[in-house]
Amino acid sequence: MIGLYLSGALIIGCSLFFNRDKKINYLLVVAFLILQTALTIYECNHINFVQLNYFSSDALALLMLITLNIISIPAMYHSYVYLSDKRDNPRHRAFYFAAMVMLLTAISAAYLANHIAVTWIFVELTTLSASVLIYHRRNNHSLEGTWKYVFVCAISITLVFIGILFLSFALHQAGTDDLSFAVLIKKAPELNLFWLRLAFVFIFTGFTAKLGLVPMYTAGIDAKDKAPSPAGALLSSVLMNVGFVGVFRFYTVIANSPLHAWANHVMLIAALLSIFVSAVYMTKVKNIKRMFAYSSIEHAGIVILGLVAGGIGYYAAVLHIVLHAFIKASFFFQMGQIYRIYKSKSIYDSGNYFKYNLTGSIVMLLGFFSATAMPPSGLFISEFLIFRSLFESNYLAVLIIVIILLTVIIWAFGKNIFKLLFSPAVDFDEDSIEKINPAESISQFILLGLAVYLGINPPNEFVTLIQEAIKNLPQ
Amino acid sequence: MTNVLLIVFMISLLYLSIAHQLLTYIKILGSQGVILFGIALIELNQINAVNLAFVLLETIAFKAILIPSFLNYVMKKNNITRDAEPFLPNFISLIIITSIIIGMFVLSSAIVDSKISKIYFVVALSTLFTGLYIIVTRKKIITHVMGYLVIENGVFILSLAVGNEMPMLVNLGILLDIFASIFLLGLFVNKIGDILKDVDVDQLKNLKD
Repeated sequence: MIGLYLSGALIIGCSLFFNRDKKINYLLVVAFLILQTALTIYECNHINFVQLNYFSSDALALLMLITLNIISIPAMYHSYVYLSDKRDNPRHRAFYFAAMVMLLTAISAAYLANHIAVTWIFVELTTLSASVLIYHRRNNHSLEGTWKYVFVCAISITLVFIGILFLSFALHQAGTDDLSFAVLIKKAPELNLFWLRLAFVFIFTGFTAKLGLVPMYTAGIDAKDKAPSPAGALLSSVLMNVGFVGVFRFYTVIANSPLHAWANHVMLIAALLSIFVSAVYMTKVKNIKRMFAYSSIEHAGIVILGLVAGGIGYYAAVLHIVLHAFIKASFFFQMGQIYRIYKSKSIYDSGNYFKYNLTGSIVMLLGFFSATAMPPSGLFISEFLIFRSLFESNYLAVLIIVIILLTVIIWAFGKNIFKLLFSPAVDFDEDSIEKINPAESISQFILLGLAVYLGINPPNEFVTLIQEAIKNLPQ
Repeated sequence: MTNVLLIVFMISLLYLSIAHQLLTYIKILGSQGVILFGIALIELNQINAVNLAFVLLETIAFKAILIPSFLNYVMKKNNITRDAEPFLPNFISLIIITSIIIGMFVLSSAIVDSKISKIYFVVALSTLFTGLYIIVTRKKIITHVMGYLVIENGVFILSLAVGNEMPMLVNLGILLDIFASIFLLGLFVNKIGDILKDVDVDQLKNLKD
């Protein structure tokens, strides 16, 4: 099936690229979504089934694949809304959708890969396809965003590759040359510690570009800001999950080696710094879209804290990254409407959103409660569990610092959101605003509702999948 | 013989740190490509012939000829001034690169691995950090691309260390050239130059909070 999926997606991507007709474009995108859904359903029915040697549908891959599938459908819908709004250039549209299809395909394949080198190839592919999406507007700023994104991602992907080489040195010494995750986990206790240590530092640093952590988070912020909002939604949800999958799979290997405690310290530092950076920038950021991007940095930090804390924290970390994807995607979808009303992303130019777009402002309000992890948000559950596990594993000082920083973040987030919703905008011409169809917000409500549902009343299958995903970690 | 080539490669890094002109950078990159070709030819004696031919062709055609001549062409076409414009004086660069190399030697003494030759490790990591250093301390976008190419050469050396056992990794490393080509293409179609007027990183400072 994965072979069928990859070749099908390749054909659809190429035809999208060459096709200039609008109707055929719709058909192809719908065909891709059907293919994507078929892949998800097939993989759900064939758990832990190895295909083409390098792909297997383990629990983590399935969780992420289902998340991707749920987000990809509204992403395509909002892409049409976005493109119909602009001067509709068939060539740009063809590029956009071809890149979108390639991005989703590369991400799905990266989730499913059971071999670290194969994951690497598809992560490289995500950078390439994402860069086309970021460059979509073809102006000065988007060029700068694209250049920075590609450059930083190219360097981080090189770092990951160096990490893989170090890993291969270690494996070589242990008498095997198979780089699949299953073999890595089995061999982990006997690997050479020097090489493994270097490998972890390089691979972790490399994947932080995708996950959005200190030190490589910078490029992602510009990218999410400059990409069209539906693409930004993918970048800050499912593409972050690719980074998480990379970090998580390798962390599982490290956790089974004597370096577990050391790796925890490295990740703890990265996570704390990320939350700190996010808190600092949230208080001064004036661009709403960048604010969402910084909020993603904070959540990535919290997820890594969950892994560091261990115990119930593992479960909460996976739960958190899934729920965060839904919430952040709905924020970015909504951002498209805000931009159409105010023609600006600056917090200074916007205000009184309730007056201009009632449904949209309800989405923003609910999204704010969800993203800041206030009950009944699902993130409340996962964050609470992460804090509990931090407390249980004697990271009390860390916990206090994190809670103080989170308070600052909630304050800054709230200040900007409430300015957007309630304070009147300065010098805003009310006559020429565009009427937004409330139906465009339905997908956001569904995603936010899903985040509440999965957090508070998770179905049994979902819990089993998460537990299955973390079973290789030492409890 | 490999050791000699690797040491020559390391000397080219020192030369890179004191070079004034972009043309010298291009020449150094070209000669690094030739050195890599030599190392690959000598070292990769256990992999199959087709794969070896591919790797050798890639290094000699891509790294040693195509990229340098292309950089040259881009430089002429975009009227990029010939000076490298470092932020720090060359003398300090030389000291820093030397200390990077010494640091790598010290680090390598911690390796307890009889199967991997330490010199690969030292050269590869020194190249990596030299590349990063060049990216950080040079002003032009084209020098950033050159810094990336230097990093890539370092990665290639590292992959040669396990090249005989895992030829797949050498081939994967070649995939990184895709990025290099994209950067070059970006410079080539001159979008960066057109839109940003001057090919200088100072133009890339608009996105901030």
